[in-house]
Amino acid sequence: MKEVLAELEKRRDEARLGGGQRRIDAQHKRGKLTARERIEILLDEGSFEEFDMFKQHRCTEFGMEETHFPGDGVVAGWGTINGRTVYLFSKDFTVFGGSLSETHAEKIMKIQDMALQNRAPIIGIFDAGGARIQEGVAALGGYGEVFWRNIQASGVIPQISVIMGPCAGGDVYSPAMTDFIFMVRDTSYMFVTGPDVVKTVTNETVTAEELGGASIHTTKSSIADGAFDNDVEALLQIRRLVDYLPMNNQAPLPELSVYDDPSRLDESLNTLVPDNPNKPYDMRELILKTVDEQDFFEIQESFAGNIITGFGRVEGRTVGIVANQPMVLAGVLDSDASRKAARFVRFCDCFNIPLVTFVDVPGFLPGTAQEYGGLIKHGAKLLFAYGEATVPKITVITRKAYGGAYDVMSSKHIRGDMNYAWPSAEIAVMGAKGAVEILYRNELGDSEKIAERTKDYEDRFANPFVAAERGYIDEVIMPQSTRMRISRALAMLRTKNQQMPWRKHDNIPL
Amino acid sequence: MFSKILIANRGEIACRVIKTAKTMGIKTVAVYSDADRDALHVEMADEAVHIGEPAAAKSYLVIDKIIEACKQTGAEAVHPGYGFLSERAEFCERLKQEGIVFIGPNPKAIEVMGDKITSKRFAAEADVSTVPGYMGLIESPEDAKRIASEVGYPVMIKASAGGGGKGMRIAWNDEEAMDGFERAKSEAISSFGDDRIFIEKFIENPRHIEIQVLGDKHGNAVYLGERECSIQRRNQKVIEEAPSPLLDEETRRKMGEQAVALAKAVDYDSAGTVEFVAGQDKSFFFLEMNTRLQVEHPVTELITGVDLVEQMIRVAAGEELSLKQEEVKLNGWSVESRIYAEDPYRNFLPSIGRLTRYRPPAEGDHGTYVVRNDTGVVEGSEISMFYDPMIAKLVTYAPTRAEAIEGMSTALDEFQVDGIQHNVPFLASLMKHPRWRSGQLATGFIADEYPDGFEPATPDAGARNVLASVALSMHLIERERLDHLPGRLRPHHGGVRREWGVLINGEKLDAELIEGMAATPLDIDVCVEGGARERVASSWVPGDMLWKGHVGDRAVSAQVRSVENGYQLDWQGYSVVAKVMTPRNAELAALMPEKVAPDTSNLLLCPMPGLVVSLHVEEGQEVKAGEQLAIVEAMKMENVLRAERDCVVSAIKAAPGDSLAVDAVIMEFE
Repeated sequence: MKEVLAELEKRRDEARLGGGQRRIDAQHKRGKLTARERIEILLDEGSFEEFDMFKQHRCTEFGMEETHFPGDGVVAGWGTINGRTVYLFSKDFTVFGGSLSETHAEKIMKIQDMALQNRAPIIGIFDAGGARIQEGVAALGGYGEVFWRNIQASGVIPQISVIMGPCAGGDVYSPAMTDFIFMVRDTSYMFVTGPDVVKTVTNETVTAEELGGASIHTTKSSIADGAFDNDVEALLQIRRLVDYLPMNNQAPLPELSVYDDPSRLDESLNTLVPDNPNKPYDMRELILKTVDEQDFFEIQESFAGNIITGFGRVEGRTVGIVANQPMVLAGVLDSDASRKAARFVRFCDCFNIPLVTFVDVPGFLPGTAQEYGGLIKHGAKLLFAYGEATVPKITVITRKAYGGAYDVMSSKHIRGDMNYAWPSAEIAVMGAKGAVEILYRNELGDSEKIAERTKDYEDRFANPFVAAERGYIDEVIMPQSTRMRISRALAMLRTKNQQMPWRKHDNIPL
Repeated sequence: MFSKILIANRGEIACRVIKTAKTMGIKTVAVYSDADRDALHVEMADEAVHIGEPAAAKSYLVIDKIIEACKQTGAEAVHPGYGFLSERAEFCERLKQEGIVFIGPNPKAIEVMGDKITSKRFAAEADVSTVPGYMGLIESPEDAKRIASEVGYPVMIKASAGGGGKGMRIAWNDEEAMDGFERAKSEAISSFGDDRIFIEKFIENPRHIEIQVLGDKHGNAVYLGERECSIQRRNQKVIEEAPSPLLDEETRRKMGEQAVALAKAVDYDSAGTVEFVAGQDKSFFFLEMNTRLQVEHPVTELITGVDLVEQMIRVAAGEELSLKQEEVKLNGWSVESRIYAEDPYRNFLPSIGRLTRYRPPAEGDHGTYVVRNDTGVVEGSEISMFYDPMIAKLVTYAPTRAEAIEGMSTALDEFQVDGIQHNVPFLASLMKHPRWRSGQLATGFIADEYPDGFEPATPDAGARNVLASVALSMHLIERERLDHLPGRLRPHHGGVRREWGVLINGEKLDAELIEGMAATPLDIDVCVEGGARERVASSWVPGDMLWKGHVGDRAVSAQVRSVENGYQLDWQGYSVVAKVMTPRNAELAALMPEKVAPDTSNLLLCPMPGLVVSLHVEEGQEVKAGEQLAIVEAMKMENVLRAERDCVVSAIKAAPGDSLAVDAVIMEFE
């Protein structure tokens, strides 16, 4: 018996070495950790249970029958993050460059099936070269199976992808179908076709970093939801993110005991909005002063800065926050901002995370670039996302809420549950200047008259009361009491139950 | 007594005057510019009058507007605070004509003392000891050169109407004398509208000691001891204290008596300050007399128990001084730190913005010391580019100098400011400085001790262990909370990990929890890097930005800000990022490559938010190291940006008139 036990330990030790010490050292030299080291950081100590440790490929082409590594380039299993179950797979770059074979795909599929059946989040760690060419179509089949499972799980369990090395070709579409993608700066990149193919096809010379590095995907393409300096920082932050998320779409929100008084008043908010309506201010300050303990996990921080999205907690319970940011492009809604916020709103709705929306929006961004780029449909995505969301929706208008953008930003009309406005709010069709230029076109030559008209318009409409008179605003509130109001409203809405008409699924303008 | 007074000032001093007026039952009127609409002094006053645009020249300095505000509100008297109109004889005269009382000295005293040349003459006549120098006016750089060499280098070149370091230059040779003259002259015009310049002997290693005097309209005058203000940065006072560690009773009395003699010579009838420059041998020479309430007056108030503002108001109302010289007793020690909106890590460049957080330490008795904080801002206030960057004066008072300094050290550790850069870390570091603690001061202290500017010190082993203990304690509490997340697979087994790795600015320390549970309030025993077992106790809870407690015998107040996977800790001038991990994770973290900051050496970046005044080079131009590239104006100060090395300008990214943010690219070099 003893020998058998020793044999098991020996085999395990072999498997844990992946592609061998030399490759592990090379991985470290590149500033990357190995698949198993990453799991150690991501999961609670000692909680990882590995499946299919000894699984090997079945390929016999191109001399593959000569080389076998137990595990076949991916480490899969389950464990806990702060005591809560997660399933995960982590590509092992030291084994065949982490490339996907039929058996490698089977390991991932097993984990995906378990995660979905058992309704717990799944996390994929990517560091791989794509399909294992030697396997040909078998690898493609494997990809397809993984993709299909991503789709099945979407909106049922949270799916998170962390890109910690190359991620190219077929490998990119699994992350693309998950809820969040995070990257590591300088050591990860993602693209459908790499620089060599790009060069051949389009004659463009481009580096991997320029084509699909973390900076590109967090600022330009918006493929990634965030980037971190290294593997350790990234994985610890994923733990933090998971703490915000419910296990699945029917699970309760995680609730943390809090030390931050939910009815804490913050007088400094009374001076947040500057006297000059054209002067920006930092909406992030309001977010940090509203959530528990100034703790805010931002999603897509570096993309479309004119809108802020992220998770916070109020009274210990997760909320999704969407806020126009006057510091960037005056907080205007453009195609990018609309898409970014729409996706975030839909995620929150999937997982019953209440939405808190802070509004200071001067409207939609005009111009050919925006219109040609499909602003109508991108804007519609956000409108649609808010309108279909059945989670508690609380809206606070701090300053501008102009035109169609007012309707979009979780207004009462698309079933915002509680719509508050600060006394500085201006809910109007447009700003005074623009309105006067249309209403009094024939007086445009007379600057004195126009100034007077503008003043009249401001006096009449640049306030929250016109909307409040109509019930579009439930209550005009003191800025200092924002946190208290929101926490009370969230408590009141905990039992909200809104049903949508039956349908196969809706048809959001994609 | 007056029933209503107007305060022709803003910021902390306006608030300070209002406080005393309130206790005296006098109604107060504030004035404010557009930039100060929501300011604290406006809120504190019974009434407030808007007096114009943000620029002081269009509001706080406009005599007509102040007088109009008095008439409008029926204010019988005006307290000018310091700065602005406080030392303008013309202002006193105008008020007099309107039948409004000026809470300050008579216009003649202001006029005489406001002029550095005449004031010297008066001082000499009153047998006050004066510095050798040239009393006449100087016309040209050549004159300056000649006179300077006659007086003997080093010399000080000063604007006659100057103060607060403006229009002041030290020259060690002919070239510097000529250059200094030109620059002092142009600064004098722009700052005071008066370009008269004089030259005097510069005393080496001098100390700045000043005597507070108080006179009335009945010929009485007393002195209230001295203040030492030797800790200055570029002639701007940073730390003041009373009494001075240099003086003995004898010297104090001599200085005081001379100061009183001078006050009497000009019929001085308010609170005023006679400034002396003192040698290390306790020799002292008259520098100037400030005919106003000084910024640093609180230290005198604390050690004498006299409310100077109250005395000024009473004297202005015609009351006779009730205080006799023999009744003036100096008790204990007081230290003041000026909290400036200046970035200590960027050569103290002004910083503007919204105070997203402003939590000074609690005022009042803290056991071994008393805290007073004179401030004009609250959380949410805007620090604008229009006025002085001082946001508060933090003052401590204790029986001894050592206790007052220790108290200041703690008070600074607890002073939380976010949204702008500020000099608290610098002040905190100063408080620990052995030379400051020993009282071996000189006005060159900061220049001597911080020749390359200020950088946060690397904590020594002791400090590092304290910071690691603080970080560990917080991590354990947060850990413990997560151990109670609902939905855990099974109830947490209750075991607490004992061994931890604490990364302090990336350097790994081993830390061990020896005894105790991570509960709130926390009381545990830890050991860092195999050091002594120490008790760590604190009432900290997650979200608190101040960790107050004990590490071993040491009382610690450290500021905590969340950063990615860790804490930024600010304590005693140290600023570190601390991350607590399992030893295994810390080991893996050590494998991670260090990130290199992007190279900005080929860029000229705007060092502070400001306005581009002018550009002095063109694209393609070759420049030599030290050559002037651009001028950026911020907080009324023109900052010359110079080439750090020989280079060629490849692109210019800004134009005169542009308003730039910190680190905005002005130009690129090849």
